[in-house]
Amino acid sequence: MIFPLASDAQTYDCRKAFADTLIELARTDERIVAVCNDSVGSSNLVGFRQEFPDRLINVGIAEQDLVGVGAGLANGGLIPFVSAAAPFLTGRALEQIKADVAYSDTHVILCGQSPGVAYGELGPTHHSIEDLSWTRAIDNLNVLVPADPTQTRAAVRWAVENPGPLYLRVPRFKVPEVTPENAPLQPGQAVLVTDGDDVTIVAVGTMVSRALEAAEKLRGDGISARVLNMPFVDPLDEATVLQAARETRGIVTVEEAITTGGLGAAVAGLVAQHQPVAMRILGITGFAHTGDAGYLLDHFGLTPDGIASAAHELA
Amino acid sequence: MHLLTADTAMAAEWADRRAQIDADGLAQMATEVRRSVVTMVDRAGLGHIGGDLSVTDILVTLFGAVLDVDPTDPSRDDRDRFILSKGHCAGALYATLASCGFFSRDELETFMAPLSALNGHPNRTKVPGVETNTGPLGHGFPVGVGCALAARLRGLTYRTFVVMGDGELQEGSNWEAAMTAAHYDLDNLTAIVDRNRLQQGATTADTKELEPLPDKWAAFGFEVRVIDGHDYTQLLEAFQPSTTGRPVAVIANTIKGKGVSFMEDRVEWHHNVPSPEQVQIALQELQS
Repeated sequence: MIFPLASDAQTYDCRKAFADTLIELARTDERIVAVCNDSVGSSNLVGFRQEFPDRLINVGIAEQDLVGVGAGLANGGLIPFVSAAAPFLTGRALEQIKADVAYSDTHVILCGQSPGVAYGELGPTHHSIEDLSWTRAIDNLNVLVPADPTQTRAAVRWAVENPGPLYLRVPRFKVPEVTPENAPLQPGQAVLVTDGDDVTIVAVGTMVSRALEAAEKLRGDGISARVLNMPFVDPLDEATVLQAARETRGIVTVEEAITTGGLGAAVAGLVAQHQPVAMRILGITGFAHTGDAGYLLDHFGLTPDGIASAAHELA
Repeated sequence: MHLLTADTAMAAEWADRRAQIDADGLAQMATEVRRSVVTMVDRAGLGHIGGDLSVTDILVTLFGAVLDVDPTDPSRDDRDRFILSKGHCAGALYATLASCGFFSRDELETFMAPLSALNGHPNRTKVPGVETNTGPLGHGFPVGVGCALAARLRGLTYRTFVVMGDGELQEGSNWEAAMTAAHYDLDNLTAIVDRNRLQQGATTADTKELEPLPDKWAAFGFEVRVIDGHDYTQLLEAFQPSTTGRPVAVIANTIKGKGVSFMEDRVEWHHNVPSPEQVQIALQELQS
């Protein structure tokens, strides 16, 4: 299964797929409501508000209230998509996410918008590089990071159909399509993007297409790379990771997030205990310099060349 | 751990009792709850007895005469919602819920024991009658605002009540939620402040002053009712629906440790555990 990327492939901001799917589902499911923190525009909820003005609840700039209100709406029989910029949603309201949503086992979909370094020049206060570490540490909270618009649409549908606490990280940095239309989306299930037996690249979100490009480069160097898209960072597809650890010589993980505690840490924690294998963990390594998102991804080596270079070390 | 289920006989008894309850009946139920609390804290060797005793009359009035809930169907879609945001006073809530038949009174003996459903803070997945897991302060009120908003959006008539501690109002999240409640004119929501004037280590005034508290709630857009939180007639009146189209804030002036002379208004009884001798004195004082 190979989905080669054209160098001029069209790229997309996944927020549109998120918003369009939400509206589409809300037309037939009146339980769906959107809750935001003065983020109607940045959460791409303008269309939702136009079509369902009463079902768009704006609590103002108040993230603790945002998440608590979401939990209460779920208690009252609704399906709230609680949407805010990822750094503020997860950072400011982390205890509400833990107590009101995860520990209380409510069907709240926490939608982290503009995650990673999407806010680029606005700086580390607005970067959401810690969210994967924080949410992954919370029990009973699925963590879902789609890689492209197709997977984003599937993720929104999955969120409605599967009651329970969910953190849905909605990519903003533009990406090409890498997911086939009917690819399955299930907790604990990776998507094999391309197969290979020398080295494995486990990628998530905006990094999946770059991992695929890296695999193309590696092929040119005579290295066969397996690329796994891991949309559910939690629960992780442990079987597929361990299989990769057995069948290939090393694993590179790559995520638009800090390297302590996210996808890389999850994979490392697993293989260290059950199938030790050489690893490279690629991601953001600290508070970033000033620069746009593209510059920052380059700076941290989150590029096809950077990924391929790490894979070379293991292959 | 086993799941708690309704004590149907107790629930039926409660329904009969409730049909004709008056202030004397509420007082009797409150005494039962207070005695349970003392016994539970004694057995567990842990608990927040002072706040349990200050909030008891509020809980008993709500469950004994106000809330439209069914202990044999605790998840009924249009039930009234009750949230104890000051979750550390779970002991008083559990004793009240057991009095209504949400689960057997025998379960109270497991309070905070290993594997008990009755944790030191309430858990909705384990205890029928609990709507959201509280414990960290400042959480229950935003959730209650969401419950009230859901009723509004769905065209349901259920009401939502949230009890907060007064010290808890130092958490900013409550004021975020108050603004939301007022913005959406949630007249189906009642915020209740257990105003016992003490927090963990000192008075609220010495820790961080809350007054002028009624003015603050009024300024945030609430219909404010200041009452004696141990007077059942006043409590019943205060829990009537809003008359102004605005959300209601009930500031219930209470006494921490209410009903046990040596605990009343004493800061150390926030979470002191009584000695065996003190337990006997407390139970003697708490007679119907």
